[in-house]
Amino acid sequence: MTGPSASTPLEPSAIHQGEHDYNFGFLDEQTKRHIRRALLKAVAIPGCQVPFGGREMPLPYGWGTGGIQVTASLIGREDVLKVIDQGADGTVNAVNIRRFFARTTSVRTTTRTELASIIQTRHRIPEKALHEGQILVFQVPMPEPLFRLEPRRAETIKLHSLAEYGLMSVRLYEDIAQLGAISRTYDYPVQVNGRYLMSPSPIPKFDNPKLHMSPALQLFGAGREKRLYAVPPYTPVRSLAFDDHPFEVQRWDQACGLCGSAVSFLDEVVIDDAGGRMFVCSDTDHCSGPGIARDPQSAETLAPSGAPASLVPSP
Amino acid sequence: MSDDLLLSVRGAGKRYGSRWACRNVSFDLHPGEVLAVVGESGSGKTTLLKLLSMRLALDEGSVHYAARPDGSGPGGLRDLADLSEARQRMLSRTEWGFVDQNPRDGLRMAVSAGANVAERLMVLGAEHYGRLRDEARDWMGRVELAGDRIDDMPSEFSGGMQQRLQIARNLVTRPRLVFMDEPTSGLDVSVQARLLDLLRSLVDDLGLACVVVTHDLAVARLLAHRMLVMKDGAVVESGLTDRVLDDPHHPYTQLLVSSVLMP
Repeated sequence: MTGPSASTPLEPSAIHQGEHDYNFGFLDEQTKRHIRRALLKAVAIPGCQVPFGGREMPLPYGWGTGGIQVTASLIGREDVLKVIDQGADGTVNAVNIRRFFARTTSVRTTTRTELASIIQTRHRIPEKALHEGQILVFQVPMPEPLFRLEPRRAETIKLHSLAEYGLMSVRLYEDIAQLGAISRTYDYPVQVNGRYLMSPSPIPKFDNPKLHMSPALQLFGAGREKRLYAVPPYTPVRSLAFDDHPFEVQRWDQACGLCGSAVSFLDEVVIDDAGGRMFVCSDTDHCSGPGIARDPQSAETLAPSGAPASLVPSP
Repeated sequence: MSDDLLLSVRGAGKRYGSRWACRNVSFDLHPGEVLAVVGESGSGKTTLLKLLSMRLALDEGSVHYAARPDGSGPGGLRDLADLSEARQRMLSRTEWGFVDQNPRDGLRMAVSAGANVAERLMVLGAEHYGRLRDEARDWMGRVELAGDRIDDMPSEFSGGMQQRLQIARNLVTRPRLVFMDEPTSGLDVSVQARLLDLLRSLVDDLGLACVVVTHDLAVARLLAHRMLVMKDGAVVESGLTDRVLDDPHHPYTQLLVSSVLMP
């Protein structure tokens, strides 16, 4: 991305915001450089978890501190940032993080997938195909795919180093034996570039095929666990499965209740207290339904100061 | 003769602090041969077994194993300490088996019987669910477990059945060498007898070499061709099973043989 400033990398470039003076992107330059260095290693070894010195962020763990640190270390003045949470630009986590970067960097923000140069995401990959030059930053709660299967951290590191992933197959086997199908619907384990087993973060398995050979750079940050990993552009990503129980994504009987899209990931929304429900696109930018409030003029690129007024569908 | 060796142990020893748990153990094992290690508790039997199976590192001496040649290295008699960790782990889950005294240590209690049996195949990269199940069912049948219990949890099996399940789990990759740590000691007498029968026929059918640690001389008599008698971490007597049991030389062996209760 464009550098943090034209000056030398370690020279602070402060944002003046009333009585608060923050460095550009909140983190200090030394930390950003350290994170970028770890990211380079992560990109060089696709899917490998790289430890980094995660910092305290002004958000609690579990709110995307890993993703925020990745974004903060990469973002430059020319970048356009989009933040989504469960596909939506208007939910609390997305609004908070977007406002955080608007205040600490003054970069432009957007809700339009194709206009963003950096997209920080929680639990979704946008429906619109990404293009070269874009960076997708995932917020990761638990980077270790073997978590819950092997409790010892030292042992999982050994299993990764020897590429011994039979344990995950045992789990998938057990799902089919007990439930008739692989029950995992999110955080579905993948193997990257034929080597590392990787947690794709809790995205629905619907999004797993989008990881495969994506033209965009995909970075994963886990703040509490202090791990980074990456899927470089055009990297093969395979969702684990058995030959006779192949990987499948979710399908819905109906189309989006707002825009009629039959190809996007749908959320079930309760709309009244009489059991009424509807299915709507989880990706609010993709959803072109009438309930979506959108500024028709300015290509939906927002001023740095604030969050979008209304992005939540009002049925 | 040395072409025919499977395992060659020379001066093996393990120390905990300044105390030697076992020391100066040497023996050879040939393919298809069953060796029993007997001795009272605390004599270093289990430590020796763990040394042989690389669950513990040697403090002195060496263990050589005649590995099959494969992609990760040449065959022939190799010092186990020289093998890469990847090769060691591969060996211990393909060419070797390890039957724990307590089946709950050797089994994965949170997954079904079928997954337990098929695990080694999955580690080796098998990716066809139907074939994994066929193989698991087949091996459950061989250890006299009903195939329709393939999806039951190990905790729903009796102790003897768990032990047989553990044996099936180890044999699924057709190992050449199986280490057993007191395989029958947690079981009641009738179950012990059936398990010993089963072990004997499996060892015959598959040509398995075994190192069986036991304190039960009857187990040694039934299964083993040769035996080692250990006391205080050292081998005090070794030889053909019948010879050692019928004509014990060392005073300790004489004591051991004479202290067996006859019903």
